[in-house]
Amino acid sequence: MPLLDVKNISINFGGLIAVNQATFHVDQNEIVSIIGPNGAGKTTIFNILTGLYSINEGEVYFNGENYINKKKPQEIVEMGISRTFQTIRLFKNMRVIENVLVGTHIHSNYGFMDTLFRTRRFHDEEKKSTEQAIRILDEVGLTHRMHSLAKNLPYGEQRKLEIARAIATDSKLLLLDEPAAGMNNTESTELLEFIRQLKQKNFTILLIEHDMKVVMNISDRIYVFDHGKRIADGIPSEVSNNPDVITAYLGESQDNAENN
Amino acid sequence: MNIQTINKWTNSFNQFLSKYGKYLLLIGICLLFVMPFLPIATFLVMRISVLVMIYSTLALALNILTGYTGLVSIGHVMFFGFGAYTSALLVTKLNINFFIAFFIAILLSALLGVLASLPTLRLGGAYLSIATLGFAEVFKIILINWKNITNGVMGVKNIPRPEIFGLTLTPENKGLYFLILIIMLVSSIICYLIINSKIGRAFRSIKEDELAATLMGINTTYYKTLAFSVSAGITGAVGAYYAHFMRYIDPNTFTIDTSILILSMVILGGLGTMRGMYLGAFILVLLPQISRWLESYRFVIYGLILILIMEFRPQGLLGWEPKSPYRFPKGVKTNENETV
Repeated sequence: MPLLDVKNISINFGGLIAVNQATFHVDQNEIVSIIGPNGAGKTTIFNILTGLYSINEGEVYFNGENYINKKKPQEIVEMGISRTFQTIRLFKNMRVIENVLVGTHIHSNYGFMDTLFRTRRFHDEEKKSTEQAIRILDEVGLTHRMHSLAKNLPYGEQRKLEIARAIATDSKLLLLDEPAAGMNNTESTELLEFIRQLKQKNFTILLIEHDMKVVMNISDRIYVFDHGKRIADGIPSEVSNNPDVITAYLGESQDNAENN
Repeated sequence: MNIQTINKWTNSFNQFLSKYGKYLLLIGICLLFVMPFLPIATFLVMRISVLVMIYSTLALALNILTGYTGLVSIGHVMFFGFGAYTSALLVTKLNINFFIAFFIAILLSALLGVLASLPTLRLGGAYLSIATLGFAEVFKIILINWKNITNGVMGVKNIPRPEIFGLTLTPENKGLYFLILIIMLVSSIICYLIINSKIGRAFRSIKEDELAATLMGINTTYYKTLAFSVSAGITGAVGAYYAHFMRYIDPNTFTIDTSILILSMVILGGLGTMRGMYLGAFILVLLPQISRWLESYRFVIYGLILILIMEFRPQGLLGWEPKSPYRFPKGVKTNENETV
């Protein structure tokens, strides 16, 4: 059974059909990429999966449960799906470690009374969350930045921090929205290696990306979307040679197949 | 004298504060306990001290809502007045002991805070502020018109001094001073405990980016309501004290001017810092005392300060990026070479 099984989801805004009967799935421990020109509906799909939009038709199964239109975004996070954003949405004036600590929020089990009276449970849970946050920062290589404010981090590290924060929610499926956006060659190579290590640690990742070097080298499978519809899918070598894909990106009358 | 110079001075002052702050705090608290017995403690000095402590606590409370959670409330005087009226009426009309009336006022103010948060949950920015203002105006109109309970514009008079365990607290026996000192200290501790917890982090994440907070699983509705409730509860407590301090209250005691004044203190001192609240209250209580001219134009000055601070130093006088490392909870092991 796939971890994520998306069947025929559609959404329209006013008259505009943003996503048109999209169908795809992600198996456990896979890295699956969704690519396509701008405006193809990719981030809209992420917004649907994370409960920000309700859909007009279709089902989405996570671990066999059809949750779409039924769960609030927070409940979906608790269920096991977390995401990063196309434009980085860190808590800029909070420290790096505090950002990750916010990620641990849903698994930290104490309340208002525990906070006021500093109960045993408060101390245990804070210790647990903090140690987990430190561990995650160590795994992503941000230990040396632990105390810094998120806004003072260089761009590439901010991206890493956003991923670290998403990991901290203990999610089973990571949705990464253009993690390589704005990165130069060195940074995107590092990111590539970083995502590869995530896979080795048994993460399951659904990726939206434009950087073909990243996509072609990291993905187990790729789905290509254009104008809200799926136009191609397969393993990287199949997709990069697919004429429909080339047309969608580059327009008509292209003679050579671009191989990145 | 230009903005850069002022910023440079305040920055060096801030460096000093962040190094020696803890010692200053301890010394400050000891001084506060000892002060009434020193020759400096004239009637005027005592009265000003009480006012500074009242407004410090009000600023602390508003800061939880506005500075940490990012919900700009300009109707906050509503909770102040509600606490005052609740305690005043319970004591004068039902002969309930101040101590009990005080805690009832806190609880009911907190509940009012929950109520006041409801219309704001889907609002943001200026709309939220205006909603809080509207709510406060409705409250004032109720105060004026519900004559059976509140005496309308005649107000509540002859509010007795607080009586705790048989002892009446008066200016003469310094009882009133110590009562507000304790209220301020307890409120400060509560604020500190909340801020340094996952609740505090949830508040701040909502201010920073509510959508991202939602997508980290945080129930933003719950935390916004909680922020309102805690803020209102503390404000109501101060209100209850105020009623027995002034001994007379009426609907005109609680106007938007006071809401703006408290907000000015929060912003002047430093939005989102606790230390700024005491300084903001200190400065804005003392300012009108310096000259009669300043006194009559004080609301113009408060507004001016608001504008100037937001323009030239939005982080407030004591607002700055943290200079010390994050304090880990007890028993957490780290092995790191870090730079701030």
